[in-house]
Amino acid sequence: MLRTVSVLDLIGVTKRFAAPDRVSTLTAIERVSLEVRAGEFVAVVGPSGCGKSTILNLVAGLDRPSEGRILLNSIPVEGPNPTVGFMLQKDLLLPWRSIVHNVEFGLEARAISRAERRQRALRELERCRLHDFAQSYPYQLSGGMRQRAALARTLAIEPAIVLLDEPFSALDAQTKLILQKSFAGTIAASGITTLLITHDLMEAVIMSDRILVMSERPGRIIEEIPVDLPDRDNPMARISAPRAREYVDHLLASLHLQEKAA
Amino acid sequence: MSSEVTTTVGRSIEASEHPVPTASGGLASPGAILLGSLAFGIVFLLVWQFLPPALGVPSYIIPTVTDLAHEFVRMAQRENLLVHIFSTVTIATLGFVIGSLLGAAMGYVLGMSVFIEKVLSPYILGLQIAPKVAFAPLFIMWLGYNAWPKLLVTILVVFFPIMVNVLQSMKTVDRDLINLARAYSMSRLQIFWKIEVPASMPALMAGLRIGATLAVIGVTVGELVGGNTGLGYLITFGEGQANTAMVFNAIVLLTLIGIVLYGAVAMIEARVLHYIPRAMR
Repeated sequence: MLRTVSVLDLIGVTKRFAAPDRVSTLTAIERVSLEVRAGEFVAVVGPSGCGKSTILNLVAGLDRPSEGRILLNSIPVEGPNPTVGFMLQKDLLLPWRSIVHNVEFGLEARAISRAERRQRALRELERCRLHDFAQSYPYQLSGGMRQRAALARTLAIEPAIVLLDEPFSALDAQTKLILQKSFAGTIAASGITTLLITHDLMEAVIMSDRILVMSERPGRIIEEIPVDLPDRDNPMARISAPRAREYVDHLLASLHLQEKAA
Repeated sequence: MSSEVTTTVGRSIEASEHPVPTASGGLASPGAILLGSLAFGIVFLLVWQFLPPALGVPSYIIPTVTDLAHEFVRMAQRENLLVHIFSTVTIATLGFVIGSLLGAAMGYVLGMSVFIEKVLSPYILGLQIAPKVAFAPLFIMWLGYNAWPKLLVTILVVFFPIMVNVLQSMKTVDRDLINLARAYSMSRLQIFWKIEVPASMPALMAGLRIGATLAVIGVTVGELVGGNTGLGYLITFGEGQANTAMVFNAIVLLTLIGIVLYGAVAMIEARVLHYIPRAMR
């Protein structure tokens, strides 16, 4: 039953920016409609510059759409929203704060006691298996651990939806795979609704329930692919499944990457 | 043929893994560096002591090291040296602290408001270029022969590098960090205290280091131009009496005060910026 409730709705959303010449406008995304249901993991793939990150900024309330509506739990997004957690390629940990203090950061705008804040932060660190590093500083952690700390910070605010904007793209191939598994496990265990923005087609296939394919600018959704594979909580199992390769091939075809390379 | 290639490759890897320390390129141990520095200092003092007399340079042009030591003892006994040192240290420290506070405050205020910053930026640039120490005679005309002009010059000299550093760091705070705080619904004031102020600390500390060295220059110029206390005054006094050793001693003492002030700032910096790995500081 719960699965049918939609957490995030974009209805005919268009976003235009002023072009650098200040006269014409630049359409980043055009009439984008999408829906993310409770507990679902949706991936958005597309060529670079297709407006993937624009979608993230709009959902996070950091930017307003030119046209269309964005609903979070059926409520229109009017500005920065405490029920949205987002993560970028950069971990955005504050270097002057210890890890546990970083995880508390998102809770500091809320009326929560210091003790409860610390307790929730420690709980999230436990979940992301960083408990032993609570008192460390970001520079003392590896890139993968820092991203896990960033996930802990994101989950600590108990968001209705987590937006991931290419969170693994700065990592080396092996760390990436380990981290994808770690994230998938944590996200599946907490049942949190997730929107992943990525340019890595395999990543989209092995982590999500459904893939939305976007066109080049102006970005539009040109295809929706349900990923009918087991083990969403374990990308390492999915990556070796022969059918995962088929999905990637299908994505390659729909993004016309073969023709472009030729 | 192929085995030959393998061996050459193997050898070259071995060579790169165990670099042979060379006389010019290799890093010496910290102990050796300290010993070298000490040796250089001793040689320098010996040359100072013996070379000028050997070349027939009279001691009223270049006094020897022992002349300086004798003059130092005389200054301590006859010229109220401690009072002068105390005056200089007090004004340098006070001017440094006040100038730093004002400079940092101004940097943050301008950093908060793009509009005010844009409006004032040509004037700030002008004042930054203007030789601040040249204001000293003006301050004396306004305020008289007392401690105030010296303090004012010191404050003025310290103010600008700190303000400019803080302002620059406010303008270059990572936008994504600000967006993160905004996404967490933080207020403008919370963003200021939780992101912008801590993010500006490395730049503020760099500004304080510069300010610490400039504070000594500021107070010295103030004392040179007016007043009858402080090491800067002893320089003009010594000059009037053709007492070269006194001038040298005052310069050495001023340098020492600068070093202590700078060292204090470096210690504070090490505590404040503890979260930055030592190698990157």
